[in-house]
Parts: sequence; structure tokens; C-alpha cells
Amino acid sequence: MIISSMAKNGAILTAFALVTTGLVASINALTADKIAEQEQLQLTAQLQEVLDPKSYDNELSTDCVIFTDEKLGPYADQVIYRARKNNKPVAVVIRHVTPNGYSGDINLLTAVLSDGTIAGVRTTKHEETPGLGDKVEVKKSLWITTFNNLTVDGEDDARWAVKKDGGQFDQFTGATITPRAVVGSVKNAVLFAQTNFDDIFTAPNAECAEVKK
Amino acid sequence: MSELKTLYKEGVWVNNPALVQLLGLCPLLAVTSTVTNALGLGLATLLVLIGSNVTVSIVRSWVPKDIRIPVFVMIIAGFVTIVQLLMNAYTFGLYQSLGIFIPLIVTNCAIIGRAEAYASKNPVHLSAFDGLMMGLGFMIVLVVLGAMRELIGQGTLFDGADLLLGPWAQSMRIEVFNFDNQFLLAILPPGAFLGLGLLIAAKNVIDAQIKSKQVTPPEAEKGPRARVTSLT
Repeated sequence: MIISSMAKNGAILTAFALVTTGLVASINALTADKIAEQEQLQLTAQLQEVLDPKSYDNELSTDCVIFTDEKLGPYADQVIYRARKNNKPVAVVIRHVTPNGYSGDINLLTAVLSDGTIAGVRTTKHEETPGLGDKVEVKKSLWITTFNNLTVDGEDDARWAVKKDGGQFDQFTGATITPRAVVGSVKNAVLFAQTNFDDIFTAPNAECAEVKK
Repeated sequence: MSELKTLYKEGVWVNNPALVQLLGLCPLLAVTSTVTNALGLGLATLLVLIGSNVTVSIVRSWVPKDIRIPVFVMIIAGFVTIVQLLMNAYTFGLYQSLGIFIPLIVTNCAIIGRAEAYASKNPVHLSAFDGLMMGLGFMIVLVVLGAMRELIGQGTLFDGADLLLGPWAQSMRIEVFNFDNQFLLAILPPGAFLGLGLLIAAKNVIDAQIKSKQVTPPEAEKGPRARVTSLT
């Protein structure tokens, strides 16, 4: 008696599991292309914000290498995109992370031109306090654009700090930790780009779509 | 007809999932920092609620009592995943700003509550209407709370509406005040708790006034209605 009801209930549960899983799987199959396309669009938009698309003529989002270096953050496998024009190196766009923010990691995207100057910096992901630390987002404040056209002059360039620490960058009212973390991380990324510029371009192309963060 | 009217009253006011049943508070408090986020999550919850209520009502005669809860959970989880995939595909920006709170709709007790308390005992059309009204009640509270917090916190309304509705909605953004610094209390989680508390208080005041105006007591209720939580 109990065995038969167990079998019946089991069968009903299995049937529901099959139907719901099938439904989710088919919707997944239907939307997979569209989702991949949206992610690609978002990546292209991010890259366009830091680097003028007219300055290069290759497919930036697929021409990339993967580097692990403490200058790019505490995690392995940061993606670097390579911009070329007529097969000559123009710029690198580096994804880097700093753990020194006020809460959680801050993910950044920095474009460095071949002469070592910055073309643009954007925050791609952060969990800083709304209203205080979130001014590193370009939507909230233009602060992040103060990096444009700057360059780093060696490891102990004193200008690369917030004003409170004697540098050239504004801190935010009530939030010094966030800009300090961003300034430090961008400085390290630029130094990395300057010292490894040629290595980045000679490295073989990698499958970066799979390490997307 | 009167059944529909009761459902409407129950969902939007008398037994409002957010203000009376106090269900689904995690997404309610977390995403209501702007009207757009609130509306996005409200719509997603509404869709899941209608879908799960309809499905539960359709299958109610085939599901044995002993295994109804796992079946409901599967149905709800399936709908949430579908809504999540669709939002990821068609409202990518909003999907990113709502983040973890879309999958968390699964844990919104209002949904399984309605499946258990109403949809599993009533015909399809009434269950669908119940889902619509409960979802609407939840969404209205989300949007009102979102509007309060966005207005007090950053002085705007409908900021980022284009993420939900497409590029044309950028013109919906209204800047009411302009602050140099945002009013953090409203944007951060404590503001959500204070705002919800004020809304519940306001509802109780209105209820008390309505009651005091009624001279004759309302006709006795037909029987105890199925509800998820009661105030007693």
C-alpha cells in the first residue's frame, strides 16, 4: 500500500521535474544567442568608452591575451585587449581589480596608449557605498575622466595619489578609501602596460571569452 | 463578480503581501532604491505569481497532497528561471542592476503562499486574477517605496527608466531637487526599513479612519478566508 503510493508520488514528481527542466532548457536555448549578443554589445560599449574606436582597426574584443601579475590585482587571469592599426600596436585595454576599496573588489578597465599615456579609465563593477564611494562610476560623477591623458612617471611618481596623501587626484567628501584604491590600481596597471607593452603584443592570442568576469 | 472584487480588495489592500502579510521583504527592501528597480522587480514578481498560480491551479487535481510543496517549488523555480533568462536577454541593463534579486524571487514566500493558500484550491481564472492582484499589490508597494527613497535620496524619479523600457524612456527622468550630496539614509538599507514602516503606519491610520466612519458593522463574513498570515 505505502509502496504503491510512494511509487506513484515518485512518478508524479519525476514527471514535473522533467517538464519544468525541459521548459527551462528550451527557454535557455532560445535566449542563449540573444544573451551572448547582449554581453558582446556591453563589452564593445565598455571598450569604446575607454578607447576611441577610430584609433584602431582590428576587432578589439577578440584580440586579447591573459596575464597574471600582482600589478593587475590579487587574482589570476586578467584579460588585456590589444588595439592595432595597420598591424601596428596602438594601445592596450587592461582589465584590473583592486581589493582595497571600502567594500569588496573594484573592477576597472584602463586603456593605455603606446606612448604610456592613459586614453581612458572606467569602473566596470564595484560595491562601494551609494552616494559616497560610487562617484567612481561615470554615471554618478566625471571624476574617473580626470585620468585621461595622464601618464605615470615611474614607481615613485608622487602625483599618483589623492590630494590628502599629497597627490593630484581629488578625493570625495566622506570617501577617501575608494579613490585612493582606484588611483593606486590604475597607476599599477599603467606601469604594467609601460613595462610589458611589447610582450603583450607578441603573446599569442587567447580565448578570452571564457575567462570573462 | 463579487469574488473578483474580493480578490482585488484582498490583494491590493486588505491582505497586501508587502504591507499586511509582510512577505518577500528581502527583495522589497533591497531593490527599492529607485523607481526603475522597484518596477522591474515588481513586474518580474507579478509575472512569476500569475504563471505559478495558473500552473498550480491547472495541475491541482493531479498533485497528491503529500508532494504538493515540492511540486509547487519546482513550478515556481521554473518560472523564475524563465523570467530571469528573458530579462537577461531583453532588459540586460536592468538585469545587471537587479542582480541577485531576480533568482531570489524563488524565495519570496508570497508566491508559494498564494500557490498553497489559493491556487491549489480554486479554478484557473480566479487563480490567475488572484496572482495578478497579489502581484499588483506587491508591485504598488515596491514602486511607492522606490519613489519615496529615490525622491528623498537623490531628488529624481524614474532615473534609469531606459534600462527597463528602452531608450525612449530616458525622457521620463524627472529631476525634482538637485543635491550636491545625496541623502544617504534614504538610499541605504535603513531608509528602506523606515520607509516601509511609514507605509504600514499610513495604511493602519487609513484603515482606522475607515472603521471609525462605519456606523453599522459590515455584514458578517461568509467564512474564514484562506490567508497566509493573520494579524492576531
